[in-house]
Amino acid sequence: MTAEAGPPLLEVRGLGKRFGGFVALEGIDLTIAKGERLGLIGPNGSGKSTLVNCLTGTLHNETGSIHFEGKDLRGLIAHERTRLGLARSFQLPKPFHSMSLADNVRIPLLYTVNARQRHALSDAQIDERCQELLSHVNLADKARRRPRDLTQVEMRKLELARAVATQPTLLFADEAMAGLSHSEIEEILAVLLRLNEEGITIVLIEHIMSAVMSFSTRLMVLVAGHKIADGPPQEAIRNPEVERAYLGE
Amino acid sequence: MLVSFDLLLNAVVAGILLGGFYAAVSIGVTISFGMLDIANISQPAFILLGCYAAYVINGTWGVDPIVIGVVTTPLFFLLGMVVYRLYYYAFERRGEQAIQGLAFFFGLLFVGEVSLVLVFGVDYRFVEARYIGPSIHLGIVELPLRMLLPCVFSLVMVGVVQLYLSRSFIGRAILAVSQDPGALQLMAASPTRIKQIAFGISIATCAVAGAFLIIIQPVEPSIGRDYIGRIFAICVLGGMTSMPGMLLASMLLGIVESITATFYGPSWAPAVAFGLLLITLAVRPAGLLGR
Amino acid sequence: MRVSNSLFWVLIVAVGTVFVVASRLTITNEYFYFAGYVVLEYIVLSTAWNILGGYTGYTNFGTGAFFAAGAYSAAVLHKLPATLHKTFDITMAPVPLPVMIVAGGLVSGLMGLGTGYLTLRLRGVFFAIATLAFTIVVQTLIVNWDYVGGSRGIYIIRPANAPLGGGYIQYLFSLMTLLAVVSVGIARTIERSRFGLGLNSIRDDELAAEASGVPTLRMKLISTALSGALMGMAGAPLPYYVTYLDPASSFNLAYAVNSVAMPVIGGMQSWIGPVIGSILLGTIQQLATVTISSALNLLIVGVLLILFVVIAPNGIVGLVQAWRRREA
Repeated sequence: MTAEAGPPLLEVRGLGKRFGGFVALEGIDLTIAKGERLGLIGPNGSGKSTLVNCLTGTLHNETGSIHFEGKDLRGLIAHERTRLGLARSFQLPKPFHSMSLADNVRIPLLYTVNARQRHALSDAQIDERCQELLSHVNLADKARRRPRDLTQVEMRKLELARAVATQPTLLFADEAMAGLSHSEIEEILAVLLRLNEEGITIVLIEHIMSAVMSFSTRLMVLVAGHKIADGPPQEAIRNPEVERAYLGE
Repeated sequence: MLVSFDLLLNAVVAGILLGGFYAAVSIGVTISFGMLDIANISQPAFILLGCYAAYVINGTWGVDPIVIGVVTTPLFFLLGMVVYRLYYYAFERRGEQAIQGLAFFFGLLFVGEVSLVLVFGVDYRFVEARYIGPSIHLGIVELPLRMLLPCVFSLVMVGVVQLYLSRSFIGRAILAVSQDPGALQLMAASPTRIKQIAFGISIATCAVAGAFLIIIQPVEPSIGRDYIGRIFAICVLGGMTSMPGMLLASMLLGIVESITATFYGPSWAPAVAFGLLLITLAVRPAGLLGR
Repeated sequence: MRVSNSLFWVLIVAVGTVFVVASRLTITNEYFYFAGYVVLEYIVLSTAWNILGGYTGYTNFGTGAFFAAGAYSAAVLHKLPATLHKTFDITMAPVPLPVMIVAGGLVSGLMGLGTGYLTLRLRGVFFAIATLAFTIVVQTLIVNWDYVGGSRGIYIIRPANAPLGGGYIQYLFSLMTLLAVVSVGIARTIERSRFGLGLNSIRDDELAAEASGVPTLRMKLISTALSGALMGMAGAPLPYYVTYLDPASSFNLAYAVNSVAMPVIGGMQSWIGPVIGSILLGTIQQLATVTISSALNLLIVGVLLILFVVIAPNGIVGLVQAWRRREA
């Protein structure tokens, strides 16, 4: 699915965030259309995760506005935004470590899918759906295991499965591939591409350039809290400012 | 009206002296909780241990309590290192810090208090020194020496600790730990070792603070609990990691408590710190989370 | 074996009833009821504590405050008819103890809601410190409140007649059994419900829970209010149990320590942990007070608490589970 015309899915205007005296983000404008695969890159500390945190409601942005499907997100806290259709995975996987993998994905089904629409899924349907979500990331045979038994790549997959379980419209995948081998990166990329084909708009925050370049239909570059490039990946990467930021002065 | 101004002035001055002493009590937790992120709620038990160490040595050999406080710091430092080792092996290493770690320190607080009850009973104990009793009079203001000396020496201690943190290699490493645990690897220092030393220092301050406490007032084992709220209110109000902030918060609490005690009676004073703590927690959550 | 929720309720109500009836039929020694009351009281307190501490992952060191608030609410209701008669010449029947228990639960539940609202948006450790502080605030208020005796305390005269036949202590014992049954039933119902799973997700990782759609603040508040309410209900009969209520005994640190130690030692993951912890530690303490001093008694509890959190953080239940796994 490629980007199509129509009202934007997400519209961010003049977003800014400070930590004490430190300006983490300033004047961020961003429009995401339905179906896009947006790559978000930038050096360490450039504000990528802070941006995701502001958009998903984990952090509170002091300035700027965020509209999602035309709805103003001001004042909505994280779980309310999740229920609207904004999902995220975390940079460091945060599994519910005391629960089985099945229960890990059951939580979003109970608290997002069923909360969105009163008891849309019966208990049996939820069980079925848990199994389905895990099998999509090849974890079905470990449904009754605990997260501590998983390898790193499996942990990343669980993180994605839990985010996908919320049935999102827009998914932020925050460094879903850090520390993985080449073949493992391919695995995760395949999962993300399939999700996109199923209609989920995806923002990929990533350090691994080859992965971002092959995945994204559009690239946005953050440096020191400012957006310095936004456009087709090949163009954005050749932007002199981006080159300077990445290759150093 | 003149009388109440007199009272007010004396209350404020007494509050400043009290605040100085509170700085000595809170400096340890500013290090352990503020900088190392270890919620040592058992700090009052160690302060009481300092009180009773001063009581025993003063009663046996007649040594000056402040001298006792300073001389026993190495022992408290070692004790602190041992407690940190235990905490590290039992919780930090396993990554289970939240509930179990808190329960651990709560257990220490409680065991400390009950042990003191078993050894010394619940009677009030005090120390003898020439400066307990007399006061200096400056016009209408009265400065009791038993308050003035702890206040002055507290400020000296805060200064020494601050100097150590900002000048020595280990001190700077401790500050680095408080900013970013990863930074230490860059300095080629082991975070565990640095934290152990820092925790040792935080307990070492209890020797001195305990000596001050028993100079200021007679002590029995359960009064330690009153200090939990004070210590953490000061630490939180002061911005967790900053020594100047801690000092300011100590003074503020001292003054507010002193005014409360003067105008509403001493039985209300304990609630002041806790009320302040609750209000701080409620009103400035962003400041607290934004560490 | 999977026991359904309704079957579990039937079972524990049956166990509670049999326990009370069998005790009343076979035991006449008053000491049994006095000691048993305390153990049952600890079942309520530690089960209540565990709803917040074990399931939700928030440590409450202020059990004493919630417990005492329940006790003093009851004391106020006890004095109320006499006061109304004296000042307004209004005649009012004495308030029955079950009403006092409900009132105590309401007061402490609201207190839980208030503390929670002030501090639960912060990291868990701040909540823990706030609850420590909270105990002192409530104690200071009570010490300065003359109507309920201030620091001197207040004498409470038990009603002459006990309902359900038998002496008043037997009545208190029966009521506390009922409270224990209700608390354990509530705890297990939560544990097996969606709500319980949601609470566990908060305990495991709050940010991830929010990102999964769990309304963490609201659920923490419910959990705090419920936990506080049960503690208050456990405290409400205290005035009639001690007949002399004073701040020192009602805010006794033993309540806070035991309500933490019992779930930790029993095991915090499931309802059975606090029950095991309470019966074990409670019974030992009741037996030991006869032979050793109460301070030494509490020292043992404190040392056990430290030993368990260091060596067996999952408590007795965790030890049994590990042992079973090794056998299998």
